[in-house]
Amino acid sequence: MANLIIEAVITGILTGGVYALMSSGLTLIFGVMEIINIAQGALVILGAYLSFWLQDNFHIDILVGLLITMPIMFMLGLLIEVAFIRPLKRNRTMLSILVTFAIAMIIEGVLTRQAGATYVQLNAWYVTASFKIGGFYLPYIYIFGFLLSVVLLSGLYVLLYRTKFGYSLRASMQNRTAAELIGIDVERVSAITFGIGVALAAAGGVAFGATNLFNPNSHYDLISRLLVIIVLGGLGSLRGALVASVALLVIGDVTAVVWSPVWSSTVFFMILVITLLVRPQGLFGQLEGRKQ
Amino acid sequence: MIRQYFTQLRKVLYASATASLILLFVVACGGTSTTTTTSTPVNTTPIKIGASLSFSGDFSADGMAFQQGYELWAKDINKAGGLLGRLVQLDIVNDNSSPDQVQTNYQTLITVHKDDLVFGPFSTLLTKPASVVASRYGYAFVEGAGGGPSVFTRGLHNIFDVSLPVANNLVAFTHYIQTLPSSQRPTSVAYATEDDPFTQPQVDTAKTLFEQEGIKTASYQVYPAETTDYNPIADKMIASGAQVVVVGTLLPDVSAFIQRFKQQHFNPQALIATAGPDQGSQFLKAIGGTQSAEAIMVPNGGWFPQANTPGNAQMVQEYLATYGGNAADISSDVAEGYSVGQVVAQAVTNIKSIDNAKLIAELHAGHTYQTVQGPVKFDDTGQNIAATAYLFQWQSGSLIPVYPANVATAQPVYPKPNWP
Repeated sequence: MANLIIEAVITGILTGGVYALMSSGLTLIFGVMEIINIAQGALVILGAYLSFWLQDNFHIDILVGLLITMPIMFMLGLLIEVAFIRPLKRNRTMLSILVTFAIAMIIEGVLTRQAGATYVQLNAWYVTASFKIGGFYLPYIYIFGFLLSVVLLSGLYVLLYRTKFGYSLRASMQNRTAAELIGIDVERVSAITFGIGVALAAAGGVAFGATNLFNPNSHYDLISRLLVIIVLGGLGSLRGALVASVALLVIGDVTAVVWSPVWSSTVFFMILVITLLVRPQGLFGQLEGRKQ
Repeated sequence: MIRQYFTQLRKVLYASATASLILLFVVACGGTSTTTTTSTPVNTTPIKIGASLSFSGDFSADGMAFQQGYELWAKDINKAGGLLGRLVQLDIVNDNSSPDQVQTNYQTLITVHKDDLVFGPFSTLLTKPASVVASRYGYAFVEGAGGGPSVFTRGLHNIFDVSLPVANNLVAFTHYIQTLPSSQRPTSVAYATEDDPFTQPQVDTAKTLFEQEGIKTASYQVYPAETTDYNPIADKMIASGAQVVVVGTLLPDVSAFIQRFKQQHFNPQALIATAGPDQGSQFLKAIGGTQSAEAIMVPNGGWFPQANTPGNAQMVQEYLATYGGNAADISSDVAEGYSVGQVVAQAVTNIKSIDNAKLIAELHAGHTYQTVQGPVKFDDTGQNIAATAYLFQWQSGSLIPVYPANVATAQPVYPKPNWP
């Protein structure tokens, strides 16, 4: 049993890194723009399909393909922000839920039309291969997925804390009105932030699509998990998204092996409810911090 | 005197005129009557058949395959002159794999669209609420994918499943294992199943039968249908050291289990899944090709592309002409949907009516109907008691029948070779 628990913890941490990647885009967008991007799950699936088509038609490795899919998704994010999000002037948070849900439906519809409802999965030599360390086999795909998360989230950290754009972005997160007053082009920052969030979805899509079968409908389960993660971590907190992702997966996996898979979600949600009772702002969120 | 004469004359004239009018009326009526009997109007309006299927959500792939089955049947019956001389018109709506939406849909199909007949949705999960709505309005509810035992224990008189009762799906596998020589017979089995009314009864039946034979349960896990991380479940099966793995799955979860087994170099002697390996090229692509599929087993409810059953060759041919691909790619859902149409057509032809009360009585009358899945005969609860379970196995890139011997085209491969 001890071996099973250790294995569950390791798998949970590695898989949690992948979820952190997917949820970081969601929490970043909320932090800057105060909108809840319900389409993030559909964008992850779209990213997975882009990688699948590159692999299927041009035999491009799924990780190498990110050099193509991430810029495409970044541009798509800019387009969505300018066309659908920017026109929302009042009641942005509530209306954004409706608008981004509509975007998710459009993406699902287009994907269903192009790819049908059949399940597919991303394949590469490292998807099923593993190596032995101690008494365990560690699959390469989880290691690579975790490393991808570390690299991209580190890059995001550098962008946020070591660049002029990062200062502008964080200023917009802290106080949108004050940022505008000191000359920051908040609309431009918002558009780029949305683009980055969507580009991160492309990377998350590769990791998700290599470890799960997916079809155009797979985003429903995904978005519900991502929303839970950013609520637990604290809306707008990247560090919170990382910690909550790992916690979600580790708690779920350990509960499944020690007790029963039936209880893994229940235990996690119990912890979520208790945490929110004690800290309504989530683990790393700022209570009322956004009120002007 | 003269006045009396005119009075009598007037009475005679009135009487004559009245008699003439009566005669004219009788003649006129007689003429009309003759015309009516020679031109009875023929009902040429199409027979509308409603169905709710899943085009999004968990059952979307199956829902679309079911739609193909229904549409192929409708095309064939219309080509043959229709049902009772009337064309068949399908009225299919999307339920998003939602038990709530499926109820709304059947309510709408019956009360708003005024469909004459209804066919069932995909899955036991959706059939249960949908059949209650149909029962409320006295509609016969013939379906092909709602075979979970819980569908038939609610006292409904209107539900009929044309497929093999779900709980018996793995019986052929348990019989096969029991026929192995004692030196080869496994001593332990690991089970894992979704908490789904389609998968869990199958696994539970297999577990009961194996335990009766002295084959111990190394691990038994039930997981929620919304599970996305299957690794801990797979790891527990691996840690149990079981020789045989029986999983109650659909395509996504069996693919995840196989991926994990390969990563962990776990090679059971036999691996059978309730569903997933029957999805042809979808399954092969998902698990990484034909070599990985070698010797994986799946139960079969009586249909496969080469089956020598009534209408099967025609259905397969028309499927390929309409949708392309290979015969091996045809989902068994297509055959299940097609069989629903075949049973309803034969029953309606027997009673020469589309009255639902008469149709329910006919389906309960103990007649045997012929379908692409084989014979169909309903017991009191509406389950098909004429169906037989087969055992299929992937061998050299083809999914073929291997048990029982009368349908087998090759010997089963046992033990399963190691993962490539």
